[in-house]
Amino acid sequence: MQEKKSLILRRLFFSTLYLSAFTFGGGYVIVTLLKNKFVDQYHWIDEEEMLDLVAIAQSSPGAIAVNGAIVVGYKLAGIPGVLVSVTGAVLPPMVILSIVSVFYNAFITNPYISAMLRGMTAGVGAVIASVVYDMGKNVVKTKDVINVLIMIASFILSWFFQVNVIFIILAVALFGIARTVFSVRRDEK
Amino acid sequence: MIFLQLFLSFLQIGCFSFGGGYAAMPLIEEQVVTLHGWLDMTSFSNLVTIAEMTPGPIAINAATFVGTQVAGLPGAVAATFGCILPSCIFVTILAWIYTKYRKLSVLQGALASLRPAVVAVIARAGISILVSAFFLDGTLRFALDNVSLRMVLYFTAALAALRMTKLSPILVMVLCGICEVVFTFFAGI
Repeated sequence: MQEKKSLILRRLFFSTLYLSAFTFGGGYVIVTLLKNKFVDQYHWIDEEEMLDLVAIAQSSPGAIAVNGAIVVGYKLAGIPGVLVSVTGAVLPPMVILSIVSVFYNAFITNPYISAMLRGMTAGVGAVIASVVYDMGKNVVKTKDVINVLIMIASFILSWFFQVNVIFIILAVALFGIARTVFSVRRDEK
Repeated sequence: MIFLQLFLSFLQIGCFSFGGGYAAMPLIEEQVVTLHGWLDMTSFSNLVTIAEMTPGPIAINAATFVGTQVAGLPGAVAATFGCILPSCIFVTILAWIYTKYRKLSVLQGALASLRPAVVAVIARAGISILVSAFFLDGTLRFALDNVSLRMVLYFTAALAALRMTKLSPILVMVLCGICEVVFTFFAGI
């Protein structure tokens, strides 16, 4: 049993390390890869349970890749599993960005590198605009007037009144909880 | 105490970024650019660009980058630790509740209301990045000598490429960067 546990921890560490080092394109990708690894390859978690674990990762604050690693780690090995998988998930971006930071100040004074970054910023702006368009379209598609109003009001508060993002998130979260509890009660009647 | 400040700032980012991917971006901007002035808007845009190019969640990338810039490696560790601590606590508690009760519906209902607000604040942060890319003095002042038409052109071309072709976002960004490098090269002759 002891041996099995250390095998699980070792595999957890190297899986999350590997996935975190080689996944470009955000948290949703890494969640799919976690599923491939632990459901399809190791058979340690069954498919349906994995869907719920992914829901937990997505419902919690923070990066989905990190949350996904934590939830799988907890499921397989409890708190030690959490610590091991978080370390695995965080190390690659930390190492890479430390190296980038060290060279950043030297690089940024080079006219061609700063031109590269300047041009890419316009590209990043386009990527964000495209993501926002898709996400916004999905909100409008729900045909839920309240959701659309939340979106418009949040934007106005944030852009024109410079309200702290944290207050907006907190207020909407409280509103969402109240709304859900209210509609659950109404359904029960 | 700079380490405590970094830790607390990224703790807030970790606590309030719901929805993954770009959701952390407006919070990072607020903490790092607006409240503490650790980065200016150009460096922040560069950071988002670099985060997009490297594996790993933007919040972890930002924590390492900002931490290193402000207070070296210990700063990076303090910021990263702050960033993942809320995830560790929240996800573990949710996973524990899940293994006991297997019910997450009220939480998911509350999150449905949060999504439109997250879209709105991401849009706001995206616009900030575009303003710093399009306007030479970094403020929303519409004058012909203040608008970089080249950046507007890159943005438009990139957005068209993203919406109408299947080119990967990273490739589109790199192409924008290369255009600007080529321009800088010929402008320098």
